[in-house]
Amino acid sequence: MLHIDLWKRVLIALVCAAGLLMALPNAFYPRVEQSNDAWAEIELAGETPERLAVAEQWPAWMPASLVNLGLDLRGGAHLLAEVQVGDVYASRMEAMWPEIRDALRPERATVGTIRKQPSAPDEIRIRIGNPDGMTRALEVVRGLARPVTSLTGAGATDITVSGQGAEIVVTLSEAEKLASDDRTVRQALEIIRRRIDEVGTREPTIQRQGTDRILIQVPGIGSAAELKDIIGTTAQLTFNPVVGRTTNPSDAPGVGNKMVPSLDEEGVFYIIESAPVVTGEELTNAQPSFDQNGRPAVSFTFNTSGARKFGDYTRDNIGAPFAIVLDDEVISAPVIQAHIPGGSGIITGRFTVEESTNLAVLLRAGALPAGLEFLEERTIGPELGQDSIDAGKVATGIAFAAVLVFMALSYGLFGLFANVALILNIALIFGLLSTIGATLTLPGIAGIVLTVGMAVDANVLIFERIREELKTARGPARAIELGYEKALSAILDANITTFITAVILFAMGSGPVRGFAITLGLGILTSVFTAIFVTRLMIVIWFERRRPKTIEV
Amino acid sequence: MRLKLVPTETKFDFFKRWKIWLGASALMMVVAMASFFVQGLNFGIDFRGGTTIRVESTQAVDVAAYRGAIDTLGLGDVTITEIFDPTFGDDENVAMIRIQAQDGEESVSAQSTTQVHEALKTVAPDIRIISVESVGPKVSGELVQTAVLAVALAIAAVLVYIWLRFEWQFALGAVAALIHDVVLTIGVFSELQIKFDLAIIAALLTIVGYSLNDTVVVFDRVRENLRKYKKLSLAEVLNLSINETLSRTVMTSVTTLLALISLYVLGGDVIRGFVFAMIWGVIVGTYSSIFVASSILLYLGVKRDWSKPSNTSGNQFANVDA
Repeated sequence: MLHIDLWKRVLIALVCAAGLLMALPNAFYPRVEQSNDAWAEIELAGETPERLAVAEQWPAWMPASLVNLGLDLRGGAHLLAEVQVGDVYASRMEAMWPEIRDALRPERATVGTIRKQPSAPDEIRIRIGNPDGMTRALEVVRGLARPVTSLTGAGATDITVSGQGAEIVVTLSEAEKLASDDRTVRQALEIIRRRIDEVGTREPTIQRQGTDRILIQVPGIGSAAELKDIIGTTAQLTFNPVVGRTTNPSDAPGVGNKMVPSLDEEGVFYIIESAPVVTGEELTNAQPSFDQNGRPAVSFTFNTSGARKFGDYTRDNIGAPFAIVLDDEVISAPVIQAHIPGGSGIITGRFTVEESTNLAVLLRAGALPAGLEFLEERTIGPELGQDSIDAGKVATGIAFAAVLVFMALSYGLFGLFANVALILNIALIFGLLSTIGATLTLPGIAGIVLTVGMAVDANVLIFERIREELKTARGPARAIELGYEKALSAILDANITTFITAVILFAMGSGPVRGFAITLGLGILTSVFTAIFVTRLMIVIWFERRRPKTIEV
Repeated sequence: MRLKLVPTETKFDFFKRWKIWLGASALMMVVAMASFFVQGLNFGIDFRGGTTIRVESTQAVDVAAYRGAIDTLGLGDVTITEIFDPTFGDDENVAMIRIQAQDGEESVSAQSTTQVHEALKTVAPDIRIISVESVGPKVSGELVQTAVLAVALAIAAVLVYIWLRFEWQFALGAVAALIHDVVLTIGVFSELQIKFDLAIIAALLTIVGYSLNDTVVVFDRVRENLRKYKKLSLAEVLNLSINETLSRTVMTSVTTLLALISLYVLGGDVIRGFVFAMIWGVIVGTYSSIFVASSILLYLGVKRDWSKPSNTSGNQFANVDA
């Protein structure tokens, strides 16, 4: 009557063994972590005896995946940034203007004078001298439109051109805006990733969220402010010719020039030519270094074309000042002393060593295509994380012990079976968490504790049912079988409904809530498995050995 | 000798005064809602934006002095609370400072944090910032929406599932019990002014799951007994089913509570609110599955004649493995 096929027994045992094996590394967390880090270093920077020694602290044939600890347990910084995708529209429009002007020039006879009007940053307004020529003007400008290069925008063009009175209004089309937003966010993501990788912290999470947001989580970093310094700067570097220097910000800079403040000297403004000689995009390298006076500086190298432009300019303008502009602030404006042919140079300013290091990182990684606005930021100190882990360990331990004792007292031998299953259950949860690379958060620990409490539920249901069936006295074997059979629908219904809420939590939640949903959901899966298969197997094996005439549950 | 919380056989009459129980539950819900509308919830920064800074010092926390120091910065509404926890050592004096969302800023600037730190150093020179969390109004608005949606979705999903597996009366009873639990939990949070943040939403959903777990176990037995004892009245069947599952209900509630209480006492202050919500939810959930869900079922009535198929009684999913 009570029978479980051999292959099922083997399978159940195998699943449990696999779970235990996958969970095992977590019991030796620091050692395995060091070992994993060492292997990563070996991969990256080559093998050295020291690294190999550290790496071999944990045998290579053993599973080595660990449960990731969330920021609230490890400490670190969390930022949610919104990419200001609109920034790009303005520069796109700025770049459109010369093109439109050149296209309209041959048509002067029909359209009259062409003049750019002041407008919102994401559009261009052009007034034409002869409004009657509008049809022709629109036709010409529309001719400049290019097809949108994206999957969804197929068939659309990149600009929308309309006429309002004597003005032509050009804006990016909706399809192009979508495509452009997507590109901008991707680019920003990539650059943020590069910048964080440059700083070299462990396991940062850099994810896109929604259409224009990026989630950045870096464990181990001191504060969100520090992280913002690294990723929050656009780092648009340009080298521009200096026209003049003033202390009056309301001076008119003149056509083709712009006024930018000086970074170091308060109240000083530089008038520079808007068109840069070279930009940061043509840098191949940037390193923190020191100038001849021993002050922190950043040395840089241009690529070939950048080096040629830079060389030509310095050759032709010896004696003239020259501005190094970072994010619309003049870092320094040295006078060109000599022709600089090699394409390398040095930026000096009033840097601290840290600032020069950061600037070098930013320059190497490239400029962000658009600004970032931070919607959410969290810094969790490592000690708070450690406190939470310690508290979580103690609480889980006590909860565990209390439940074990309680079950043993209530159900005797069967309670012990349930306890073994409960221990297996926790191991399985950790095994699964490690395997799928999920993150354990503080609410996640709460989820595990809750699972400890609820995991016994399935067993309780079965045991209570067996008790009831024993009363109708059809022998212990039959009672056990019926107990399992009849409790099944209640177990399934109860757990499926809880599982549904876990899934919804996972789908809708973010961060810590999601961590809770994961452990709760996995806890349900493993507890149903252990209750239905593992305790049953244990009871059946016990029953086969002993063949008791009566049982007490 | 076994530990038995509930005698092997019980014959409590749960439905002698079922109208009183329903009335009492309804009254409690009204009180909870009144508290919610009058006092409102003490929303954390997740839901209303702003910044919380957790600081620690070896000196005792002097809230008034902290306030004096921070008020000079002109950051608007500032709340300072000292945090006590049995897990703290003698030299760990922790305070939580909450600053309202600043105009025109999404998240707090690094300067404000530094300013606060500098200001506090004049009061307690060794004060350290342990954590800073800042949520901009844009995100907090979305978080509220998502949270409400999540709870509503969970309840809807459950309604559909129970309706498929049982009958519509069961689904209504279960959902009434859920709403009862959620409303009472929100009521407790508004009455005691415990911080209500994103984690509490997770707790609410777990309560939904737990309460349901209990309700479903009772209903499962009701369904079985309805078929077994065709002669008994619905009230008798309900009573019998609850008595039969009572031992299990109490066992599970006790083991869960044991685990939760351990977490409440020893788990640290960061998740205490969260654990409190769950403890409350387990108690209310256990109560509601007996006194709310079943009473509603009794009130709505169930079709007893299982031989004739009809449109109103379940469907092909109702008897999958029962």
